[in-house]
Amino acid sequence: METSTEASTENRGLLSSVQMAHFVAHGSLRMDAVVPEEMNERAMGVLAAGIPEVPYGTPLEEAYERGSFARDLVELPLVAGALRSLVGPGPTVDHHAVHIRRPRDGQAQPLHADAIIDVRPDAFDVQLMYYPQPVTLEMGGTLSVPGSHLRRTNESDTGRYQNLRGQTRLVCPAGTVVFLHHGIWHGGRRNDSDAARYMFKIRFNPTVRQLRLWDTGDLADPAVAAELGTRFPWYEAAAARLEFHNRIKLWRALTGDSTYDLDHWMTRVANRPQRVVPAHLRSEA
Amino acid sequence: MSTTFDPTFDPTMGATSTLRQRVLVLYLATSALDSQVVGWSAYDGTGTTSPTTGDSDEPPYGTGVAALCDGWRLFQAAQLIPPYPGHEYDTSFLKHEFFFEKLVDTARQGD
Repeated sequence: METSTEASTENRGLLSSVQMAHFVAHGSLRMDAVVPEEMNERAMGVLAAGIPEVPYGTPLEEAYERGSFARDLVELPLVAGALRSLVGPGPTVDHHAVHIRRPRDGQAQPLHADAIIDVRPDAFDVQLMYYPQPVTLEMGGTLSVPGSHLRRTNESDTGRYQNLRGQTRLVCPAGTVVFLHHGIWHGGRRNDSDAARYMFKIRFNPTVRQLRLWDTGDLADPAVAAELGTRFPWYEAAAARLEFHNRIKLWRALTGDSTYDLDHWMTRVANRPQRVVPAHLRSEA
Repeated sequence: MSTTFDPTFDPTMGATSTLRQRVLVLYLATSALDSQVVGWSAYDGTGTTSPTTGDSDEPPYGTGVAALCDGWRLFQAAQLIPPYPGHEYDTSFLKHEFFFEKLVDTARQGD
């Protein structure tokens, strides 16, 4: 009984299959006001003072001292559960950064993906973005492009794209956390308000295979396929179909189910029958 | 004749040309110019506006042809390039990119 209690405690806050499918389709998962108000108030001072760097690849357990703000943030049950679902137990901290967009800051970042082109088919890093204050449209909340994470582009080579239909210009309540796939196209927008905007970002690297790490009890829920089949308004008509194909590949990797398909997209193009019709049944016989 | 390059000198318009280029880039849903706009960017050579990343959720035109109807001149369209063998299912940059321009006489702005 004790074991099952531990297991249920461990599972608290894990994502569902529908939420994971949402992440695979969108390349992001948003949790509004998941951080309590008192922590948000504390964060404003902590972020303004700066958070000391940690060496690349530091185990999360060692990166932040117990009682520190960052440690408290990643140990919030819903945050910890999402992290465990996405990258598994024992991730390492790639790096973290405090981003402050000053009032009337005249420059938007070009649309980019972080680091360098990263086309791993069966693994991904996750970036946690935390917003301690309410973010209005004028404050230049992060721009991100849903469903862009599987595109093979390198960093700011996408900088020519200013706006895409269905883009997300983040407007959120205080305490919002967004988890992003490493490949998502995003950028800090121009801050046209009179208030500084704060954001704290941590990039996590998995140390285990990302295989069924979430609460898979709803794996057969039709809502999973509905999420995986999400079509975004910026997709070109033909490329949208390739996006479905590539999501299916990622879902197969994450579930370990090499037969999973959505609307026959992968099955159809992999069908190369080898069974030979006996000679007497062929037309020339 | 001067031997140094003067970027401000325009031999066709004279040294004091006031013509400036505004550029509009539309990304369309297919390779057809009359298909729907899915993305857009703008650059303003007159310096009167400063379009930037994430500054609008609504495209300036519904289709490429709608931009033509409003006086924009098409000067470049993306080529149709077949996928590289072995990369047929990869997605990358937006494929259907169209560049338009309007020439604006800055001396007459505000007329």
